[in-house]
Amino acid sequence: MSRIHVLKPGLMTTVQDLGRPGWQRYGVTPGGATDACALRLGNLLAGNSEGAAALEITAVGPTLRFAEETLVAITGADFETSVQGIRLPAWRPVRLGAGAELTIGAARTGFRCYLAVAGGLAVPRVLGGRGTHLAAGFGGFDGRALRSGDVLKIGPPTAWAKRFTLTLAGTASLAAARWEVGVAVRPRYTTSPVVRVVRGPQWELFNPEAQQRFLGERFTVDARSDRMGLRLNAAGRGLLGEPLRDIVSEGVAAGSVQVPPDGQPIVLLAERQTVGGYPKIATVASVDLPLLAQLRAGDTVAFAEISVAEAQELWLASEQFLATVKQGIALHAT
Amino acid sequence: MKLAALGDSAVIVTLGETLDAATVGAGCALAAALEAKPLPGLIECAQANATVTVFYDPARVPKRGGTSPFERVCRWIVDRAPATGQVGLPSGRQVILPVCYGGEFGLDLEMVGAARGLTADEVISLHSGAEYFVSAIGFLPGFPYLRGLPERLHTPRRKTPRTRVPAGSVAIGGPQTGIYPFETPGGWNLIGCTPWRLFNAYAQAPSLLQVGDRVRFRPITSEEYGASRSS
Repeated sequence: MSRIHVLKPGLMTTVQDLGRPGWQRYGVTPGGATDACALRLGNLLAGNSEGAAALEITAVGPTLRFAEETLVAITGADFETSVQGIRLPAWRPVRLGAGAELTIGAARTGFRCYLAVAGGLAVPRVLGGRGTHLAAGFGGFDGRALRSGDVLKIGPPTAWAKRFTLTLAGTASLAAARWEVGVAVRPRYTTSPVVRVVRGPQWELFNPEAQQRFLGERFTVDARSDRMGLRLNAAGRGLLGEPLRDIVSEGVAAGSVQVPPDGQPIVLLAERQTVGGYPKIATVASVDLPLLAQLRAGDTVAFAEISVAEAQELWLASEQFLATVKQGIALHAT
Repeated sequence: MKLAALGDSAVIVTLGETLDAATVGAGCALAAALEAKPLPGLIECAQANATVTVFYDPARVPKRGGTSPFERVCRWIVDRAPATGQVGLPSGRQVILPVCYGGEFGLDLEMVGAARGLTADEVISLHSGAEYFVSAIGFLPGFPYLRGLPERLHTPRRKTPRTRVPAGSVAIGGPQTGIYPFETPGGWNLIGCTPWRLFNAYAQAPSLLQVGDRVRFRPITSEEYGASRSS
C-alpha cells in the first residue's frame, strides 16, 4: 500500500469526503468537504469515485512526500503549488514520481483546495464516513487536522487511474495531463459573490426592514469563521431592528442562514450543528455553497432571492453537467 | 402538521405548537414511517423536538409532471404521515447524571439565579429536583435537549455565543437544559459540569442518551467530579 508522509501540515489540513448521512438523530453532522464540488471533481480526475477521501487544505497548504508513484489532482481555490521547484497545474491529473515532494503554499485567491489521490485516502470509516469531525474528534486521520510526521495510507488505484498514469510523459518527478477541467465547469469563485438563497422557515419572523437589508446589503466575512459556519458582519448595527424571540431548537441544513440576537448572520457550512435555536432567515442554494466555502475574513457576500423550484432546477442542471464531465474524463484513458 | 422548505434539499415538518411528550413521540413515529418505505432520493429523516427534517437529493427524486422535487417530497410526507393519535415516547429508560454545580464548573450559575432572585443553592435544588425527558439529540453529537426545566429557571440564551464551552457543561437555554458533550462554541448559560462521557463514535451505541429517556441530575462535589472523571 502506497503512503504519503506529512513533512509540514499546513494551517489546517483534514481528510474529508462527501459526509456521513444517517446519524443526525444522534446529533452527528453529515460533515464532509465544505466545497463538495471541488472534492468531487478532484476525485474524478484521480480516477476515483466522487466521494473518495481526499485532503481539504485551508489557507496555507502542507508539504507532502509520496513514497511511490501516485496520480493526483488539485482542485478548488488557487494555491501556490510545486514539486521540487516545478509548478504543478491544478484541475487536471498529474503523475508524481516515487519520492516526489509536493509543496502546497499559500492560497492566491480563495480559501480551500483539495488534493485527491488515485485510490483515495485509506482511513477507516467511522459512522459510515471517512471525513474528519473536528469538533467531536473522530473520523479522518485520528479525528484531527494533520501534523508533521503523520503517514497517510492510499487505497488501490482504479483501472482508469493505472491506464491514465501510463499515458503521462514528463520528468521523473512530475508529469501533468495536457487537458484540464475547463473554467466553465468549475464553480465561479470570487471574493465578493452574490449568493442565491430561498426564504428560510422563519423568514416571516423578521421585520420588513431586516428582510430588505438582508437582500440589499453586503456582509463582511468575520475572522471567527470555520468549517462549521461563516460568520458575517452587517455594516453598522445588526440585521434586526427589534429583538427576535428564540425559537424551539429544530433542524438546520448546510446553507441555513441563522440570525442570533446580536443580529450578525451565520451561514452554516458542512460541519454545521444538526439543530439550532436561532431563527433562520434564508437557506443558500446548494449550487452556491462552494462559493461560500472559498471566502476568507474580509471578503464580502450579498444574497439574492430565488424560489425553491429555481434552486432545484439549478442543482439538477449542475448535476447533469457533472455527469457529462465524468463521461468526458472516462474517455481520456480508453 | 406544517411543512416548510429548508433550502432546496430538505423539508422541515413541524408536528405541533407545544413541545410535549406526545409531539416528540409523533415526530419519532413520522421519521420511522418515512424511513421504512423511503422515496428514491431520500437521504435521512431527523427528529428533533417538535420537528422532523427530511433530507433528500432533488436530482434523484422521481420526476412527475410539472411538479418540483420539493412538491413531490411534500406530497409523499403527507401521504405517509401515520394517522394522528396518541403516540408515546419511544423509550422509557431512567438515567441519573452526576453534576458538579457552580464555580469554575458553571460560570453562569450566579447570574442565572440573580436574574430570577434565587440563591445559587436554590438554583441547584430546583435543577436537580426536577425530572426531564430527552426531546432531541442534536446540535453536537450526543447533545441532549431536555424538557421539564422548572419555570423559575428559564433563562434566555446569551446575546453572543461563547467561543469556547468546556466538555460536559450542563447548561440552560430558554426553557430547556442540555449538556455539551465536547468543548465547542455555545450560547447557553453554564450552571455545572458532568464527568460522564455523552458520546463515543466508536461505541455500539454512540450516544449515551436517546430521545424519550427520562433524566435526573445528582449534585456532586468537585472531589467526586475529579474521581469520577479519572476513573
